[in-house]
Amino acid sequence: MLLRKLHFSTLAIHLIFIALSLACIAPLLLVVSISFTGEHSLMLDGYHFWPQKFSTAAYKYVFSGASSILNAYGVTIFVTAVGTLLHLLITSMLSYSLTRPEVTHRKALTFFVYLPVLFNGGLVPQYILLTRILHLKDTIWVLIIVYLVSTVNVLIMKNFFRTIPDSLIESARIDGSGEIRTFFRIALPLSKPSLATIGLFVAIAYWNDWMTASLYIESPKLRPLQYLLQSLMNNIGYLQSNAQASQSMESAIGMLPSEGARMATCVLAIGPIILLYPLLQKYFEKGLTIGAVKE
Amino acid sequence: MNAITNSSRKSKSYRTLRSARRQVPFYFMMAPGLIFITILFYIPMAGVIIAFKDYSARDGIFGSPWMDPLFKNFEFFFKSDAARTVTFNTLFYNLLEAITVTLCALALAILLSEVKNKVVSATYKGSILLPTFLSWIVIQYILFSMLSVDRGIVNNVITGNGGEAVYWYSEPSYWRFILPIAYLWKNVGYYSVLYVAAIAGINPDYYEAAQLDGASNWQRIKHITLPLLKPTIIVLSLLWVGKLFNGGLGDWNGFYTLPNDSGALYPATDVIDTLVFRSLKKVNDYGMASAVGLYQSVVGFFLVLISNYIIKKKDPDSALF
Repeated sequence: MLLRKLHFSTLAIHLIFIALSLACIAPLLLVVSISFTGEHSLMLDGYHFWPQKFSTAAYKYVFSGASSILNAYGVTIFVTAVGTLLHLLITSMLSYSLTRPEVTHRKALTFFVYLPVLFNGGLVPQYILLTRILHLKDTIWVLIIVYLVSTVNVLIMKNFFRTIPDSLIESARIDGSGEIRTFFRIALPLSKPSLATIGLFVAIAYWNDWMTASLYIESPKLRPLQYLLQSLMNNIGYLQSNAQASQSMESAIGMLPSEGARMATCVLAIGPIILLYPLLQKYFEKGLTIGAVKE
Repeated sequence: MNAITNSSRKSKSYRTLRSARRQVPFYFMMAPGLIFITILFYIPMAGVIIAFKDYSARDGIFGSPWMDPLFKNFEFFFKSDAARTVTFNTLFYNLLEAITVTLCALALAILLSEVKNKVVSATYKGSILLPTFLSWIVIQYILFSMLSVDRGIVNNVITGNGGEAVYWYSEPSYWRFILPIAYLWKNVGYYSVLYVAAIAGINPDYYEAAQLDGASNWQRIKHITLPLLKPTIIVLSLLWVGKLFNGGLGDWNGFYTLPNDSGALYPATDVIDTLVFRSLKKVNDYGMASAVGLYQSVVGFFLVLISNYIIKKKDPDSALF
């Protein structure tokens, strides 16, 4: 009797999680399925979880260079790689120094780093600063600068560096190593796990960012992937909300990327996240134990 | 006598000099971080005076004339319907998100902890965590594939069963359900896995003792798991209190992308952040955007102070300052 009851509850738990897992994965498969469906079939049959008529035309179009997707891919990869590396470098140098007892004003400096959590100037002053004063509008650097430092990440790294035994730093000093060298040769290699966790989250933030580009980027050549996707979606939205206009715009539709190509672009935007997913999950769970994942 | 004080003064100044020289490399390493914090956070703080100015790009922030009366930008905002709509929506969706995400994540975490097979458990965690890493643009595509009027999978099913196609993107009332579900879908995995880690940290002796005493599953959850998770739940909730005035508890992009920024849906989808973003991007209305932004920052300031004050009392280690 007890055994049967046990089996039933275990079975119920597995059923719940299989259903939930499907609810999280199936919507992605829908997008993948649409991207592999022939354009004509999409018009006739609508969207389905399994391609009614299998076709790779969308991907051929995307990789033919006829669309701006490859260029957008390049922009996103550059911004993500350079941004993440700079973020990690700046964050670790700052938080390491804030833990060193030699820095006499470290308390005041730490407060300087904390304060923005309390009050932030908002979008408009930042917009005016970056466009009118620093003249970063329509440059690739604006996409990088907005996420270069995060107060929360400085705090997490600072907590980590505090756990490095002082004797280790001291012995390096006795061996004649300069402070900067000690940081790069001893402190930084020890912090690899926290760097990996924070780095993955920063990389995801850069990869998924469309808002910065939407505010600051005008030149089509500098469009990152997510912003390109958003512009493509706005075109659908426009055609959808103007049924009459869409008829008169039939010639214009030919110029827009086809529906399949749009979804193919979306799949390509998710691709790297899926490929790196085992790594992501591992460092996410590791981050839970070192306190790196805390909103 | 004189010589002694002289030499001690000398050694003192020598020591300050030496300490100053030892600090140089650290300041060198801190410089980039401090400079970017100044640029990204501090200079914009001073820029909030735009909210009181009749800003024109030609004259710049400081050259532009003051508003007359000074609070005109605010008056314009608070007298509009938008003020009430966005304030209500922001709070409504945030409270709903905080409650649904916490309850569902707790339930899932407790169930997930019962799955003892590591590979199976990791697979479940991996699946429900997936939406966390997707951008709101990708989720916009996913939602569109489901809700598109003529091709979407939902309308396919409805019309297939003889029903009539639903115009999801033109009726605001649907979005009172769609948006909370989307936010729950994106965030519940994250907090479930977080709570699973917290449960894994509970000393197994408690459960063994409970088993010896013949406690049922539900009794174990009620008397061991939940009480021991309470500090984590409280700290996470209080961190959200600090973000109550930020759309989507700080992650507002979904409110902009999911409804395709459709004007017909604003009554149900517009939050403070989307209003600021739109005023700036589409209308170039600096006065309105900065006034609304300042309203959000000031209320946010007090919310963070309050939440931090309570956290400090309950769990000093988790306090921000």
